[in-house]
Amino acid sequence: MTSSVEIKNLNLSFGAVEVLKNLNLSIAEGEFLVLLGSSGCGKSTLLNCIAGLLDITAGQIFIKGQNVTWAEPSERGIGMVFQSYALYPQMTVEGNMSFGLKNAKVPKAEIKERVAHAADVLQIEPLLDRKPSALSGGQRQRVAIGRALVRDVDVFLFDEPLSNLDAKLRADLRVELKQLHARLQNTMIYVTHDQVEAMTLADRIAIMKDGLIQQLASPAEIYSRPANLYVADFIGSPAMNLLDGQINNGNFEAGEISIPLGGYEFSREARGGALLGIRPEHVIVGGNADTADISLDVTAEVVEALGSDTLVLTSVNATRFWLRISGQSQVATGDALRIGFNASDASLFDKADEKRL
Amino acid sequence: MTDVTHFEGAHGPKPRRVFSRRNIFLYGTLIMVALYYVLPLYVMIVTSLKGMPEIRMGNIFAPPVDITFEPWVKAWSQACTGLNCDGLSRGFWNSVQITVPSVIVSILIASVNGYALANWRFKGADVFFTILIFGAFIPYQIMLYPMVILLREMGIYGTLWGLVMVHSIFGMPILTLLFRNYFTSLPEELFKAARVDGAGFWGIYFQIMLPMSLPIFVVAMILQVTGIWNDFLFGVVYTKPDIYPMTVQLNNIVNSVQGVKEYNVNMAATILTGLVPLVIYFVSGRLFVRGIAAGAVKG
Repeated sequence: MTSSVEIKNLNLSFGAVEVLKNLNLSIAEGEFLVLLGSSGCGKSTLLNCIAGLLDITAGQIFIKGQNVTWAEPSERGIGMVFQSYALYPQMTVEGNMSFGLKNAKVPKAEIKERVAHAADVLQIEPLLDRKPSALSGGQRQRVAIGRALVRDVDVFLFDEPLSNLDAKLRADLRVELKQLHARLQNTMIYVTHDQVEAMTLADRIAIMKDGLIQQLASPAEIYSRPANLYVADFIGSPAMNLLDGQINNGNFEAGEISIPLGGYEFSREARGGALLGIRPEHVIVGGNADTADISLDVTAEVVEALGSDTLVLTSVNATRFWLRISGQSQVATGDALRIGFNASDASLFDKADEKRL
Repeated sequence: MTDVTHFEGAHGPKPRRVFSRRNIFLYGTLIMVALYYVLPLYVMIVTSLKGMPEIRMGNIFAPPVDITFEPWVKAWSQACTGLNCDGLSRGFWNSVQITVPSVIVSILIASVNGYALANWRFKGADVFFTILIFGAFIPYQIMLYPMVILLREMGIYGTLWGLVMVHSIFGMPILTLLFRNYFTSLPEELFKAARVDGAGFWGIYFQIMLPMSLPIFVVAMILQVTGIWNDFLFGVVYTKPDIYPMTVQLNNIVNSVQGVKEYNVNMAATILTGLVPLVIYFVSGRLFVRGIAAGAVKG
């Protein structure tokens, strides 16, 4: 597999502050990679480094096999879409889209052709003569994508492109982006703090924290087998339920609960203090609960009916324990519930280094 | 058949009395302050339209009985300043020749300075900026004599171009600050997008930044035009009588000790000298406020 973007031992410091720490990342041709993390984790900084908008402190960046560590942003074969759209306010949509081509001294006829093609792909032909101020947020972001599209680049960089849009438009454009990627088959690197965007768009997700990649894997893998406690807690809403306990003789023991771990795939040998995590949607409620590895009785303390499904807050061992049940089920505050779950659905983390067991 | 609903008690907009205590106080203060500023101007205009006999009667607030424009003509083309007696017209054209190039040169350099400081974080940018700003706090008088030597050594002492250079240099700290703050307030992502699009230092400056910066250019222009037009100190120090700017000439007319004090000519000359900045303010006042708000808030 050829790699489209390759980052080797990348370091970035602002004075004494290390923003990116010895980061290595290899992105395959045509891959949709999402950099996910809370604000300040370094994800946008990393994107700016790839774009060449920030000078790095150490390391190398390759795009399509070329060492672009010292190259200007325009020489790297990248197109970038920004959160604030960053359209040039005094130029028309057409002017915005052709600006990069004019700088690259592309012949006029070809500019026209490429702009027309991009406008067709994004369905913004009627807007070509307008100024950005006369466009809605969704249209502006389309134009911004078009500006990257016309330049016929190898790699698209998206810096939280949908964060300024309202919820419905965001969902629409998200689908369009996915279709666009399917059609163009370009490499795309996408920065977001929205886990729904990350889960839906990505081929692989890189979860970042404090300038380090915590886990780099497919959305399914990240969801079902989080590499550490931070990833487990970050992905999923409501977050994974965590029980504090010990591993003894192949059992996880927390207070009066004891769960046989026969069904759990250990990635390393484990003993001593551990945390058991189980997602709210993996908890079995009602009659089938007794067939699971462990079953117990809880009381519904808070019931949040979301329509499609219902979230129920209970407590196990005096810690918060969320359940996700069908929207049809009739549960009221104070109801007693029989719940259970299987060790194969759970994630175990070492208490000392917070890594997956 | 009536659609009007009748409400009990308070409804609709709250009624306001025109002569409330608040309004009387507010508008009273405003009117008083306005009068305080307008009165001297009124006296100047009225006096400049009177003949000398009428002025000698001593009623400075009385409107002119016999309106004459002769003092204006005399101030413009006949009043004596030192050796030559061709009025303020000579000074006016001198001032134009000093102001126009000074304004253009200083704004061009300062805007590029500000743009570089805001967007291209070069090594030592902070030190450079600090030194530049420090320059704004040093009294001009300290630099008068060293500047004389500098101009003499360059061979442009006493010429228009010497004065243009002095004005351009002394306008630099405040103008650079103004432009830097304005460019810093523009979204950084625009600059990044332009770099990804392959525009260089000048490409971004001319094609992206300049078209967005009209308000701040107007502010800079007003500051410089009024500052340079009203300048007296540099004009009197760095030029020779033939090329004295209007302000220096005005001083020579008003302060001449020979003969009768022609108050009406003095008033007319003063108004003439102040006319250019006044016109500039009236024409571009709205842009001025917008630009000041845009440039000065952040930074």
